[in-house]
Amino acid sequence: MRSRFPLVISLFSLLLLLALALNLFAGSANLSPSQTLRALLGQGDSTTLRVLWAIRVPRALSALLLGGALGLSGYLLQTFFHNPIAGPFVLGVSSGAKLAVALVMIFLAGGGWAVSSLTMIFAAFLGSLLTLGLVLLVSRRVQRMSMLVVCGVMIGYICTAVTDFMVTFADDADIVNLRGWSMGSFSGSTMENVAAVSLAVAVGVLGSVLLVKPLSAYRLGEGYAQSLGINVGLLRVLLVLLSGLLSACVAAFAGPVSFVGIAAPHIVRVLTGTSKPGRMIPGSFLCGACFCLLCDMLARTAFAPTELSISTVTAIFGAPVVIGMLISRKRGEI
Amino acid sequence: MADYPLEALDLAVGYDGPLIRHVSFRVGAGEIVALIGPNGSGKSTILKTLSGQLKSWGGQIRVCGRELGSFPPKELSQKLALLLTEPIRPERMTCREVVETGRYPYTGYFGRLSAKDSRVVEESMALVEMEAFAGASFTEISDGQRQRVMLARAVCQEPEVLLLDEPTAFLDIYHKATFFQLLRQLTEERKMGVVISMHEPELAARVAGYAVCIRERAVFRMGKAEEVLRPEGVRELFGVPEALYERYYG
Repeated sequence: MRSRFPLVISLFSLLLLLALALNLFAGSANLSPSQTLRALLGQGDSTTLRVLWAIRVPRALSALLLGGALGLSGYLLQTFFHNPIAGPFVLGVSSGAKLAVALVMIFLAGGGWAVSSLTMIFAAFLGSLLTLGLVLLVSRRVQRMSMLVVCGVMIGYICTAVTDFMVTFADDADIVNLRGWSMGSFSGSTMENVAAVSLAVAVGVLGSVLLVKPLSAYRLGEGYAQSLGINVGLLRVLLVLLSGLLSACVAAFAGPVSFVGIAAPHIVRVLTGTSKPGRMIPGSFLCGACFCLLCDMLARTAFAPTELSISTVTAIFGAPVVIGMLISRKRGEI
Repeated sequence: MADYPLEALDLAVGYDGPLIRHVSFRVGAGEIVALIGPNGSGKSTILKTLSGQLKSWGGQIRVCGRELGSFPPKELSQKLALLLTEPIRPERMTCREVVETGRYPYTGYFGRLSAKDSRVVEESMALVEMEAFAGASFTEISDGQRQRVMLARAVCQEPEVLLLDEPTAFLDIYHKATFFQLLRQLTEERKMGVVISMHEPELAARVAGYAVCIRERAVFRMGKAEEVLRPEGVRELFGVPEALYERYYG
């Protein structure tokens, strides 16, 4: 059987370019394609240049990078838990990271300190690791994998409740921004954010690529992986750190974005017919990036000038994919 | 090659402390040793300790004459292979991919297979007569075929010691028979030292050369399988009253 992987990857790359172009051309400020193209080359009036370089380009880039990060983070968590419905959102990791970011924003930014992008990522990273730790503690107690997901969702709700509570009573003008962010949105991305995100995402992607071989053996379960000479304990720690870092970036700059982490790896598995890590890593990243770019464009333009939260759109397209996956699985597999 | 690929010397095994003490036996090249005993007697614990998954609580394990703990993980994985009871359900893996994992101890950082590795994979699949299923999804073949693929995977690792934990627990008698036929043939050809845990003494007497009987967390008896596993011995080992045994197994 010939591999469908090259075809799928080419299609995703094309789709990515298309989605990126659409995101730059479309928006509430009415720019013609030729105006946009010229502005991309640095020509045109200052308003056009500003709209493009200060709003659309950073927003599109962060949707691309964070979408990819979500897809990859979902894949790593699914590998970790041997469970295809694991993902940063359903396991509560996104919400935990969001809580940490909200704390930092309210207490540091509210106290008059400037909070850099890297500080935000770091706070979100700590938040996601703490939540993952909690989920892991629970997972030792529960036998069934579906219960693990239920526990993750519950932990997520608790974190969201605490975040909402704090946002409600934080009445500083800056914090008002938190409301939009805590619903999930790529708006307000700056080039400084994009730079910090690229750095963190690059670490996450590179780290995952270096784990291709142990990840491949880990597919047979821990017993076999260990007998193949793989340090299973170390691999699990690295998986937690990498997936935590990737979902932390998303939580820090876009807030909660649902279902991409589960849907993207699943779409890649179905389209390529394989679960080889060497293929899943680039595939999940590209698929997540396309997914988020297209969803963000819909979020911005569907009811312009009113903007939808990104999770509203990703849920509409992502949740059916997840439901389809649950239905098509054989009994007893989850 | 060492005379004894695997030796256990006064071994103490257990999860949180020593459960079974004074386990001593040797496995010769091309020899099958069966661990026999009731469920929960500790057969799996012994196997897990022998494979290095559980730490030992005393005594020594030697693989090819060398202390188990002194092996770097990669080197050990070239000497010792496993086959476990629990069926694995890897998502979207072909049978060939499953067998290929057996070559990981020999590949470089990214796990790329060399021409030699691919050849060993093909040969191993042919040995268990599963070459026609190389491209089939591992989750879509029968249980019997799956265990044969797992056997090919283990053989592919080119081990000197093979540990099997109740590999036929989920198989019907036809697949049990074919599995053991293959196992005996491979053990002989490859001169592997094989330890297999089973709870069917009649079968063990025919599969294994030697038997180590475990009962109530101790080595109850050991010796040539056909002698140790005579009806009286089996009755005693499993605690079956004579009349009951005669009625159903006699």
